Amino acid sequence: MFRKQECVAMLLAGGQGSRLYALTRRIAKPAVPFGGKYRIIDFPLSNCVNSGIETVGVLTQYQPLELNDYIGSGQPWDLDRMDAGVHVLPPYQRNKGADWYKGTANAIYQNIDFIQRYDPEYVLVLSGDHIYKMDYSDMLAQHKANNADCTIAVLDVPKEEASRFGILNTNPDGSIYEFDEKPAVPKSTLASMGIYIFTWEKLRKYLIADEEDTTSQNDFGKNLLPAMLNAGERMFAYRFEGYWKDVGTIDSLWEANMDLLNPKVPLDLSDPTWKIYSRNPGMPPQYLAPTAMVQNSSITEGCNIYGKVESSVIFAGVTVEEGAEIIDSILMPGTVVRRGAKVQYAILAENVEIDEGACVGESPEECTDLSRWGVAVVASGLRVGKGAFVSAQAMVEDNVADDEEVGAHA
Amino acid sequence: MRNYNALGLIFPNMYDEAVRDCTAIRSMGSLPFGGRYRLIDFVLSNMVNAGITKVGVITKSNYQSLMDHLGSGKAWDLSRKHEGLYFLPPRSSDDAKYQGRISSLADVVAFLKRSKEELVILSDCHMVSSMDYRAMLKAHVESGADVTVACRRGVVPALADIPVLTLDAASRVTDMLIGRISEDEAVYGVGTYVMRKDWLLRTVTEAVARNLLHFERDILQRHLNEMHICGYEVPSLVMPIYSLESYFNANLALLDADIRAQLFPKSRPVYTKLRDCDPVQYGLHAQVTNSLVADGAHIDGIVTNCIVFRGVNISRDAVLENCVVMQDVTVGDHCKLGCIVADKNAVFRSGSRLQGSESYPVYIAKNAIV
Repeated sequence: MFRKQECVAMLLAGGQGSRLYALTRRIAKPAVPFGGKYRIIDFPLSNCVNSGIETVGVLTQYQPLELNDYIGSGQPWDLDRMDAGVHVLPPYQRNKGADWYKGTANAIYQNIDFIQRYDPEYVLVLSGDHIYKMDYSDMLAQHKANNADCTIAVLDVPKEEASRFGILNTNPDGSIYEFDEKPAVPKSTLASMGIYIFTWEKLRKYLIADEEDTTSQNDFGKNLLPAMLNAGERMFAYRFEGYWKDVGTIDSLWEANMDLLNPKVPLDLSDPTWKIYSRNPGMPPQYLAPTAMVQNSSITEGCNIYGKVESSVIFAGVTVEEGAEIIDSILMPGTVVRRGAKVQYAILAENVEIDEGACVGESPEECTDLSRWGVAVVASGLRVGKGAFVSAQAMVEDNVADDEEVGAHA
Repeated sequence: MRNYNALGLIFPNMYDEAVRDCTAIRSMGSLPFGGRYRLIDFVLSNMVNAGITKVGVITKSNYQSLMDHLGSGKAWDLSRKHEGLYFLPPRSSDDAKYQGRISSLADVVAFLKRSKEELVILSDCHMVSSMDYRAMLKAHVESGADVTVACRRGVVPALADIPVLTLDAASRVTDMLIGRISEDEAVYGVGTYVMRKDWLLRTVTEAVARNLLHFERDILQRHLNEMHICGYEVPSLVMPIYSLESYFNANLALLDADIRAQLFPKSRPVYTKLRDCDPVQYGLHAQVTNSLVADGAHIDGIVTNCIVFRGVNISRDAVLENCVVMQDVTVGDHCKLGCIVADKNAVFRSGSRLQGSESYPVYIAKNAIV
């Protein structure tokens, strides 16, 4: 017997994150390191715990190994509970055959039994590619007050950006009358954040109906939500105020990391009342040598810094040797930058080695043609040889030989 | 795979009086060290890294902070279904009874009897070291000694009861002096012992019956000739903490890459309680050199040769040199601090100026406001 839960969270973590290219070659997007000592999934998981949600199902499919290891028993998030906690839910075989998760709605559909054993009133559906701090209990309170069937969290975005998002058009009471996916001429500026609360009874009914519809792509945004709206269910927008960023692209991932260095950006990771938890390697404190020059940066445990670090985010166990320069860059765990190497406007994934005198990335000022400027990326475990040059916008997926030049990503 | 069937016993209160300032509110074992650790972390990690899965922590007094730190033992992987961490506080609050290691051990006789382990490794917390306890257990078994005493050759730390040993060619202890203060180099005990559990039980029971209280003096020293006591020279770095000055110096010694490599070898991680701090934030005006900084610190000042613990806040234009700054200390703008040991939560208001000297660091108490 499982204890009844008022609200169960389902976290969609199976997507490939193909727009992160080299960074998601071997790991699922939610497992991508973020902000010095976190991974993207730490944000929704910590939000759940801080909001008082005790049961979280994590739906995995693409490259789940590292994500599974990372979640483990759920202990870092206090989600190793007796009869609740975090559960990793990959697709599985049943007596009438097996299916991959066909779409976001189908992933939840395949886990109806998991949800049902907690007999919840509500289900919270989250995605694993956003950076934000949000109290879901406040959203649930509004859902209940509205006697809603579905509540969708929305962010008021600048008008000129609205056409990049799924826009919700609402009545004055906050009820939704229309979905507008990436509208050329937006009628409102309320963008869906991909965070939904459903009344479980209703959601279950629509999941079953959606599954029976052979023409459906089994997707929340494309199929299930429009079906609910067409049927006249009570659907409301929940206005979120605060920092929220989709980190699904190289540029947005880089920007969101840089936002952490900006005191004006309202994402405070040091707030003791809303901690973001993560699984830590437990390394000794970082050491800054007499030759170190570190400014406007975020650096975590186990690092040894002998060179210059400016406006950068440095993860655990990174070594920056004397005379090396790191500017406006993100260095993921275990990366080493040797003497005289220069890294700027770049993302170096885990355990990369940049050998002596190599240059990775370019500043916009150095780029003669600004249209080919962009963040350079080096995939995990690679070596960039001595004196090699990796241009702006490059996407390095193989070792770079000494003195080799790598151009921009097509 | 278990190599040696050993039980760990830790004495976090031994030598509490040595760093009196810092241990007024805590035990020696819970003394913060090296940015994010407490002294007991090194001993506990040594045990865990040697495959020991049952550890008893024998406390005497002032152990609230220690209990808070250890919790269930999860951080050391000692929250286990089979064995794990045992907290062994005194049976009664009658202070006079708890005078030495023997009376503490007499209190845990039942725990020892219940334990199935064959060997016992006892350790105090005042020597900071990453020791390979497996090697010591191996040496003990091979020598056939009754007791093996971990020791170190060097200038003898000025500790009241420190045993100074004379070893013969076979490492057998032929003489033991206790409490001899001298500036000469000698072989001294570092507060870690290995023995058979049944030997320990028998010896403790007998000592209690004769009202003998002092393990080193009344058991080891007195029976040097009848017993086979061996010295085991610790091959790795050992940093004795016996005064505020030695505490200060041992912290600052971590600024040496070679010392850090010896204290934090890759093969033997040092575990500690996690705090889920954010990464260190260096501001636009930060100038931090030759310093060890733990997560959760926010620094915008000028910091040289310092050990900065978790959650410390150092404002713009503050200047710190040769300081040990414990957890959650706040240093306001334009402060100038040199050779300070600032205990937890201390606050230095803007413009404070304090200067100790390298041989006499100034201690600022926990929660103090300067």
